[in-house]
Amino acid sequence: MNSTMLRTSAARSALRAAAPKSSTRAGLAGTTFVRGKATLPDLSYDYGALEPAISGKIMELHHKNHHNTYVTSYNNFSTQLEEAKAKSDIAAQIALQPLINFHGGGHINHTLFWENLAPTNQGGGDPPTGKLAQAINESYGSLDSFKEKFNTALAGIQGSGWAWLVQDTQTGNVQIRTYANQDPVVGQFRPILGVDAWEHAYYLQYQNRKAEYFKAIWDVINWKAAEKRLK
Amino acid sequence: MRSIMKSSVAFVSFLFTTSTIASDQQPFQFEAMAAPSHTLPALPYAYDALEPHISAQIMELHHSKHHQTYVTNLNAAMKTQAEAVHTSDIPTQVSLQAAIKFNAGGHINHSLFWQNLAPASSPEAKPSSAPSLVSQIKSTWGDEAAFREAFKAALLGIQGSGWGWLVKVETGAEQRLAIVTTKDQDPVVGKGEVPIFGVDMWEHAYYLQYLNGKAAYVENIWNVINWKTAEERFLGTRADVFKLLKTSI
Repeated sequence: MNSTMLRTSAARSALRAAAPKSSTRAGLAGTTFVRGKATLPDLSYDYGALEPAISGKIMELHHKNHHNTYVTSYNNFSTQLEEAKAKSDIAAQIALQPLINFHGGGHINHTLFWENLAPTNQGGGDPPTGKLAQAINESYGSLDSFKEKFNTALAGIQGSGWAWLVQDTQTGNVQIRTYANQDPVVGQFRPILGVDAWEHAYYLQYQNRKAEYFKAIWDVINWKAAEKRLK
Repeated sequence: MRSIMKSSVAFVSFLFTTSTIASDQQPFQFEAMAAPSHTLPALPYAYDALEPHISAQIMELHHSKHHQTYVTNLNAAMKTQAEAVHTSDIPTQVSLQAAIKFNAGGHINHSLFWQNLAPASSPEAKPSSAPSLVSQIKSTWGDEAAFREAFKAALLGIQGSGWGWLVKVETGAEQRLAIVTTKDQDPVVGKGEVPIFGVDMWEHAYYLQYLNGKAAYVENIWNVINWKTAEERFLGTRADVFKLLKTSI
């Protein structure tokens, strides 16, 4: 009981405290987890900085409300999972798996997403270079052809989900994959670049015209961040 | 040639549904390969009739854009399907299944949804319009409040896009009520399953008004549930419920 309370208050103070910018950029493996608790990472740009591609209002709701709910829920179910483990309650542990996948996935996906976006005056939209550019050209012929196929994949998602450029950890090749809901890119594939195709990611600005959102988002893609993820 | 003929068949069926049939119009006869064209059903109320619980802007986009897109894509998929059937192209037929399920599901779900909503001030929006259904709800969940709590929990538990439905499940002479959630646009079409009313939990159904506050949407939707329609579906058969789809062909 005591440990639960301590953990909860630690999570709250961590959420309130603004993490230093450098640790935000460190990303998933860095300090978005404090004492085993996930915390909402700061954005490295202002909410309005991605306009006109993504409105400030969308960014604010998306980060402060949606992403934060995944963080809070993940921590909550994570605590329940630890309690179930402590009691050796296997049924409860299994019942919690989809919730860990969904909320933990939501946290991972959004953290990576914020990092792979950037305002145009901070490199957003500048084409990839080096190894990633080469990998894309080899697999898709050109960056434009890649974008077209990526947008087709995004448009083909039935319901909520994400499209990712991933690297196959077995072959090293890059490919486009779509994931349902908040399923994160884990296991055989390494996330390189993700685009959120949930309606909350664009609806206030684009409504049902999601193809316009998919077209506009390339203006604020941070290819430098994507390059760093490629191994 | 074939595609031209098929287009004209689709066009004729469109004319039929809009009641502008010329007297010398040939009765439409579907060839083996032609697919009937589905059309967007009209709403039984104005776009702003569900305010303040669902805004007119949401209703207009939801009906005239989202639902229309499912209808358009369903017709396109069915047209390709008819060609694949005609040419005995099995791989193409199988590959079209997902698109047909998604878009037909979207058309079915939304058609049922519009009919199971009603303006809050109308008598249809009162549970007293559904005496038999409410009686079975009470015997199943204890009372109406407990049912609403259970329904709400199911709706809020959906991970991603989907729907929540109250369903009558018939097994032989027995029947029971169940709360069922479905993902994306999967429709409730199982054997013995009669959808009573559904609530759309896609973000497009509430986001412009409720933003991330979906619990408030789920709370407010009770004000505009059409209990009269629900009672009719509860007392009727599965075929009765889906009859409305035939009227939008």
